[in-house]
Amino acid sequence: MVENRPFTQFMAYLTLALGIVIVVFPVYLAIMASTFDAATIVNGNMPLTPGDQAGENYSRALFYGGKLAREPVSMMMMNSMIMALGIAFGKILISILSAYAVVYFKFPFRKTAFWVIFITLMLPVEVRIYPTYKIVADLGLLDTYTGLIMPLIASATGTLLFRQFFMTIPDELLEASKIDGAGAFRFFKDTLLPLSMTTIAALFVIQFIYGWNQYLWPLLITTKSSMQTIVIGIKKMITTTDALTEWQIAMTTAVLAMLPPVLVVVFMQRLFVKGLVETEK
Amino acid sequence: MAGVTLDTVRKIYAGNVEAVKGVSLGIEDGSFCVLVGPSGCGKSTLLRMIAGLETISGGEVKIGERVVNQVEPADRDIAMVFQNYALYPHMTVYDNMAYGLKNRGTPKDEIEKRVKEAARILAIESFLARKPRQLSGGQRQRVAMGRAIVRKPQVFLFDEPLSNLDAKLRVQMRVEIKRLQRALGVTSIYVTHDQVEAMTLSDKLVVMSGGQIEQVGSPADVYRRPETRFVATFIGSPPMNILSGTVEGPGRVSVGGQSIAVTDMREGLTPGSAIEVGLRPEDVQAGGAAASSLSMDVDFVEELGATQLFHGKVAGSEFVVQASTGQLPADTRKLMLAVDPANVHLFDPQTTKRLGRV
Repeated sequence: MVENRPFTQFMAYLTLALGIVIVVFPVYLAIMASTFDAATIVNGNMPLTPGDQAGENYSRALFYGGKLAREPVSMMMMNSMIMALGIAFGKILISILSAYAVVYFKFPFRKTAFWVIFITLMLPVEVRIYPTYKIVADLGLLDTYTGLIMPLIASATGTLLFRQFFMTIPDELLEASKIDGAGAFRFFKDTLLPLSMTTIAALFVIQFIYGWNQYLWPLLITTKSSMQTIVIGIKKMITTTDALTEWQIAMTTAVLAMLPPVLVVVFMQRLFVKGLVETEK
Repeated sequence: MAGVTLDTVRKIYAGNVEAVKGVSLGIEDGSFCVLVGPSGCGKSTLLRMIAGLETISGGEVKIGERVVNQVEPADRDIAMVFQNYALYPHMTVYDNMAYGLKNRGTPKDEIEKRVKEAARILAIESFLARKPRQLSGGQRQRVAMGRAIVRKPQVFLFDEPLSNLDAKLRVQMRVEIKRLQRALGVTSIYVTHDQVEAMTLSDKLVVMSGGQIEQVGSPADVYRRPETRFVATFIGSPPMNILSGTVEGPGRVSVGGQSIAVTDMREGLTPGSAIEVGLRPEDVQAGGAAASSLSMDVDFVEELGATQLFHGKVAGSEFVVQASTGQLPADTRKLMLAVDPANVHLFDPQTTKRLGRV
C-alpha cells in the first residue's frame, strides 16, 4: 500500500469488489443456468439460486450431447485437451531449443535466424491461414491431431521469452560446466532446464489457455464430429437454425469448458510463486 | 602434478585488438603464481586462455609436457574458481562439488569419498545438503574451492576469487587459500588486481600492464627492485613517489637543487641528463639530518592508526611520507627527509626502465 488512510482503502476495496462483480456475474449466471431445465431459462424468469437439474444436465452434456449436435462433451473435452497440451508442450520444446541455439551457439547467420523468428511475431495464424490450410491439407493432415497442433506450435513469443531468460544466466555458469566436463547437451539438461522451470511454467499456462481457446483453426480443418473441440461444440449448440437452442446444455458445456484452464491456472500458480520465491539467479 | 609453460602467447580479439601481446612465462610445478595488474591489462584473458575458455590466437600453452592449445577445458586437467563463484544455483553443495566427477564417470563411492574429504578440509561438512543461496559469501567461496579440489587437477586457476567478499573475510580467505595450496602442493595461477593479495599469496609474482609482462620475480624482489616505473608505482601502498631530477655524476643525482646519493645507479650516465627518482613513502626517514636529505612542504596528514601519512610537495612534485604515529607532531609544516642511498630507485624518463647497476 502506498497510502494507508481508511478512505483510500475503502475506495480501493470498492473498486476491487466492483471489478469482481463485473467479471464474476456472467460466470455465476452460466453456472446457475446449467442447473435448470430449458423452459425455466427461456421464459426469462430464471432465479439466481441453484435449480435441481444439475445432475441431469451434466450427465447428459458429458455423455450424450445436445439434441441436434450429438457429440458428448467428454469427447470434445478430450479433443481440446489433446490439442491444448500438444500446443503447450510443443511450443515449449521448440522455443526452448531455438532460444538455446540462438543464445549459446555461434553459427553463421545467427542474427538472421533470430530476426526471422522475431518477424514471425507479425504473422499469427489468422494472417497466414490460407497457405497454412493448403499445406496441412496437402499433407493429408485434415481431421488429425497433428494437423490441429502442428501449425500452432511455432512461436516467436516463447523463443523470445526463453532468450531473455537465458541472457540473464551468468556466462560463468556455462564456463564452470565446460570445465566440469559438461557438453552442450549436458549443460542444457543439467543446468539450463532446471533453472528454466519457472519460465516453462509461465509459458505452459499461457499456451495451454491459448490452445484450449482456439476457434478458427479447428473450425477450418476438422470436419468429422469426432474431432470437434469444445469451443466449436458450444458455438454449434448456440447457433441452431430450426430448433430451439438448448440453453441449459450450452451453459453446462460452457462451465465444463472453463474448468481445465481454471485448474491449470490454480495448480500452476502455486508452482509459479514457489519458483519466484526460491529461485535466485 | 605439472607446471605451466607459456610461449609468446597472444590474444587478438575481433577488430584487431591485441589483449595479450606475446607473453612467455614458466610456472614451476607446485608453485603459486599470481598475475597482477590494473584492469584491462590482459591478466584475466591470459588465465582464461590457460583454462581453455578463450581461444589462443598465437603461441603455445603447455600444461606439463602437453601442448593444450586445441584441448577442451574439461580435458586440460585444470579446475577454476570464478569471481562470482558460478555455483549451480539449483544443486545442493554436495551436487555442486560432485558434478564434475559425475560427468567424468567417477564411481559413486569414490565421488562420495572425495567430496567428504574436500568438505572436511574446507569445514563445510554441515552445509552439504544446502543450496548455494542459503550460504554466505565466504561459504560459497569455500564450496567453489571444494569443487576445484575434488577434481584433483594438475593446476588450480583463480580468477579474482576474493573480490566479492568484504575486507575482513578477504584477509581470512586469503590465508586459507595460501594454506590450502601449501598443503595440496598443486600448481596455482591466481589473477588479482589487489597488490596486497598478490604480495602475500605468491611464490612468483607476475606484474602485467597493457597485455605484456612488466616484471616476474619473487614478491620481495619485485618490491625491492622494480624493473620499471609502472611496477614501482603499482606494487607498494601507498605507491612510490616519483620525482624528476638530473644526473650529477656517478652515484649522485639532484632533485630540485638538493643532491642525494644513490647506491644502485647505472654507470656512464651523462651528467645533466634528466632522470626519474623513486622513493617509497616508508623508506624515507622524516626528521633528522643525514648525508643526503630532501626538504618537504607538508599539506595535510592522514591518520592510519599505527602510522600517519604526510602529504605534501618535494621540489614541486607530490610526495607522501609514512611515519609512525607520534613520531612527528601533526601540525608539522616543513620536514627534512633523510634518504638512505640504498633505497633510491632510478628510472629512465623515456623508456621508464630501471637505471640500476647492470
